[in-house]
Amino acid sequence: MDWGFIFERSFSAMIGPEVVVYALAAVGLNVHFGYTGLMNFGQVGFMAAGAYGVGVSVYWLGWNFWVGIIFAFVYAGVLALLLGLPTLRLRADYLSLVTIAASETIRLLARSRVMRPITGGVEGVNQFAGPFYDLSPFELGQFYSFGPFKYLGRDVWVLLVGWTLLILITLMVRQLMRSPWGRTLRAIREDEDAARALGKNSYFYKMQSLMLGGIIGAVAGVLQVIQKASVQADTFNPVITFTIWTILIIGGPGRVWSPIIGSSIYWTLIVFIENTLRQLPPDVRSTLEDTVQLSDFNISMLRFILVGLGLMLLARFRPQGIFGSREEMALDRR
Amino acid sequence: MTDADQPILVATGVVKTFGGLRAVDVEQLEIRRNKITALIGPNGAGKTTFFNLLTGFDRVDEGEIRFDGKVITGTPPHRLAAKGMVRTFQLTKALAKLSTIENMKLGALGQRGEKFWAALIPGSWTKQEEEIEQRADAVLQRFNLTHMRDEYAGTMSGGQRKLLEMARALMTDPRLVMLDEPMAGVNPALAQSLLELIKALPGEGRTVIFVEHNMDVVQEIADWVVVMAEGRIIAQGTPAEIKTNKAVVDAYLGAHHGEDLSQVELS
Amino acid sequence: MTMSKSRWSARLVLGLTLGAGFGLVGGAGQSAALMEAVQEDLGVIGTLQYTDATGAKVFIEGVELSIDDVGGATTDKDGNFRIPVSSPGEYSITLNTATLPEGVTLKDPSRTNLVVTVSENADQRIIFPLITADTVLEVSESSFSVRRVSQLTLEGLKLGLYLAMASIGLSLIFGTTGLVNFAHAELITWGTLMAYFFNIYGLVGTFGFLAGWPAPFGAGVNFIVATGLAAVMGGVLGYVLNRVVFRPARNSGVSLLAQMVMTIGMAILLRYVFVYFFGSRYRVYKDYASQRANSFLGMELTSRDAAAMVVSIIILIAVGIGLNRTRTGRAMRAVSDNRDLAESSGINVERVIAQVWIFGGALAALSGTFFGFDTVKWDIGARILLLVFAAVTLGGLGTSYGALVGALMVGIAINWSTLVIDPELKNMTALVMLILALLLRPQGILGQKQRIG
Repeated sequence: MDWGFIFERSFSAMIGPEVVVYALAAVGLNVHFGYTGLMNFGQVGFMAAGAYGVGVSVYWLGWNFWVGIIFAFVYAGVLALLLGLPTLRLRADYLSLVTIAASETIRLLARSRVMRPITGGVEGVNQFAGPFYDLSPFELGQFYSFGPFKYLGRDVWVLLVGWTLLILITLMVRQLMRSPWGRTLRAIREDEDAARALGKNSYFYKMQSLMLGGIIGAVAGVLQVIQKASVQADTFNPVITFTIWTILIIGGPGRVWSPIIGSSIYWTLIVFIENTLRQLPPDVRSTLEDTVQLSDFNISMLRFILVGLGLMLLARFRPQGIFGSREEMALDRR
Repeated sequence: MTDADQPILVATGVVKTFGGLRAVDVEQLEIRRNKITALIGPNGAGKTTFFNLLTGFDRVDEGEIRFDGKVITGTPPHRLAAKGMVRTFQLTKALAKLSTIENMKLGALGQRGEKFWAALIPGSWTKQEEEIEQRADAVLQRFNLTHMRDEYAGTMSGGQRKLLEMARALMTDPRLVMLDEPMAGVNPALAQSLLELIKALPGEGRTVIFVEHNMDVVQEIADWVVVMAEGRIIAQGTPAEIKTNKAVVDAYLGAHHGEDLSQVELS
Repeated sequence: MTMSKSRWSARLVLGLTLGAGFGLVGGAGQSAALMEAVQEDLGVIGTLQYTDATGAKVFIEGVELSIDDVGGATTDKDGNFRIPVSSPGEYSITLNTATLPEGVTLKDPSRTNLVVTVSENADQRIIFPLITADTVLEVSESSFSVRRVSQLTLEGLKLGLYLAMASIGLSLIFGTTGLVNFAHAELITWGTLMAYFFNIYGLVGTFGFLAGWPAPFGAGVNFIVATGLAAVMGGVLGYVLNRVVFRPARNSGVSLLAQMVMTIGMAILLRYVFVYFFGSRYRVYKDYASQRANSFLGMELTSRDAAAMVVSIIILIAVGIGLNRTRTGRAMRAVSDNRDLAESSGINVERVIAQVWIFGGALAALSGTFFGFDTVKWDIGARILLLVFAAVTLGGLGTSYGALVGALMVGIAINWSTLVIDPELKNMTALVMLILALLLRPQGILGQKQRIG
């Protein structure tokens, strides 16, 4: 067993590209649910909006990459607006159904034959991220190591940009939530009527929250497809949304740093478990394969089983997450 | 009539129907300025529904409501606060997950920091926030809640939460304060403080309407009593007049048939 | 815990109906089955056909297909062929285009050869798409012909009936507990997986597998019996989920929103446990897996589908009667309409909830069995869950008749929508219907106006 390899992979995963992408998406969800109480089950749809916003504008419209990025954010904001206008009056469980239906609609449309000229259909779009990597001061194909961390040059660049964005956005959210604007959101989260009686236009605030969280989700999506250098519809499926939910709940909804901490814990854990299992000596592995069907494919299914189990246990026993206080529990509204 | 004599709130021909039943059918109601008016009636009389209609939480089917002479029928609740009208709720809405002082600061109107872009720049709103905080602390002192200032409102007792809700409502600097059962669930000691605080409001230029079941309270602080039954106003008058009004007694008797009226808590 | 008499009688009625229904129409299905109940060896199978100018299917006789070093076959008068293989694995099948009749060609002339994987327990079906000069490609087929519309209506009815069985449970769970149960998808999948296992491995093999013996063994049971068993297992899983997961949560005062998130966690957990043990490969039932469609009134329907539809109708009628006439059923409706009122009139709400989960699970499993006719997949439930949500929302969350009405409407709408949009997008119709229903009339067609915002 190559423990050195396992630890290198695990440490690298702790602050790796997936952590940044999922943390960004979770920051957006935190704005929606953690601070405003909006049950958004379609966050992956906003990620897709960002991803396709960039991909489509380059692939189909032939725009400049950087213009494409701006377009992606505008597109996500408009999507939030259109989605929110009719639905923000609905109660929480109905809103959750609408958001999941909307994100699935996006995915089905994007992967369809009909939209192929625009979105590339099932295969999607690639060859658009060049301009991003052109700016990299690191050698794209070369490995860089810092202690236990090891990444390809292209990923170091992605991480540099990604973490900067993530920290800046997190600080922005922190500032917003400490302001009277944030206080109003929290009041709405708890009791919309009370806020309205005190002169707050709750609908308007919810819309702003939806747009902000949606655009942050789009940032996550853009970063993800830049890192993968391809946009594929089927990667934006509901299980991703719920992985983001799990990550948010691990850290604690309504707390500034929980998305980053939750994301890091999740990915480190998954990478550690998967790599350890894969590194087991062949005779142990084949015994496991015979007794509990732990094939190679099934090892990669474990992460989803853990998400499901984790989400269940967290929602039941610790909905305020690791850092939340019981008084601030967001999931206790009837 | 001088301006000061003009009624602050006028409801004309207000009707609300639920599934064929007229829950509210008020031909005319005028609320006099700087007075304390009590709205009483048996359960199911439509008091809270009427309250909801007046405060914009429900839409009227017919009728008109005027505040300070201007039509406010159909105005959404959040706009009414800016006009000077605030309400509290039967089921207290002290926001448990915010601290007491945060609850209070929430009540202030016209906060610059509540706008999204301004929120990002602390410099644009911190000074105003400090002023609001000072004002909030002053009100908390009046209400004797200063010791709970930084605690989560969720840790307060039921009575304390009622006080907080009223204190918070006052932060909007309202001209009309509408209280829905302010005494419900409050222990006698706190109830007395609450009564004193309500009595002080007309002196500050504020008008009060409150829904109440407890006739002792009504006797003690109301200047005027409006009685509702089955959606209609069946009587109006001073507390003394209402106590002996036959129509009122009949309405309550319907709920207390056969009981000795002098023993009955008219609710 | 003793069950009341009327509860037993309700189950008896249901059980007898199920048995009778299956028995009655099972015979029709059996005779048209391609394969015998017990499989001695494995093979690659298929049907060669094309659609002529009138829209009718024509089966091609005398075409040769072969697998190198293994063997070959020639299509019979129904266009069917079977090449036996000795062991599971990958095989490359070649179609000898020289043996195709005049004017008939492969849709993609370069693909004269297909590679398939044969699994251990069933023949593997393959398709060589064939066209003639007259064939108009599917997408541009002239829409709105009476024949096409009626075929689509029939398909819609079929989908609607299957969806209805899945939807009633979901609706009643919402009505009695206020919970939107995302794990319902997995109850559906459970049904098709159980039917598959019982069909292939039989009782011993399946229970052995569930108990932990890694390699299932044993002779399979007849498919009809397997379906019945699958429904029973659905009821069992429903009962277990409620008893072990949700009742304790309710008793601990866990909020509804937290419980809803729990159902999602449960759904993901079950789904990936399924793929873990079942595999991601799509499989088929041993019996009735492929049939030629019967033509009647210009429409086509396989005997298998016809049987399933009839069974569905019988079951739905039985459920309808059960909900109206039996004490259990009436209790379910009472709790679903107004829980507090029901409780104060003496109904044991927790017991009713348990019953709802059992029946809901059984019905969902049964619908899953039918959905599995095309292929048995680990994510079959997840794929149709949103259709079920659409059906239930449209009809009215919490109502049972509403679920039926909603399901039929969704089923037919989905199929009719292919007249104007690409068939690949037809499920989107349901999603759009769901969104519109929530916006315009969240309580659904038959639901009562509750506080929606």
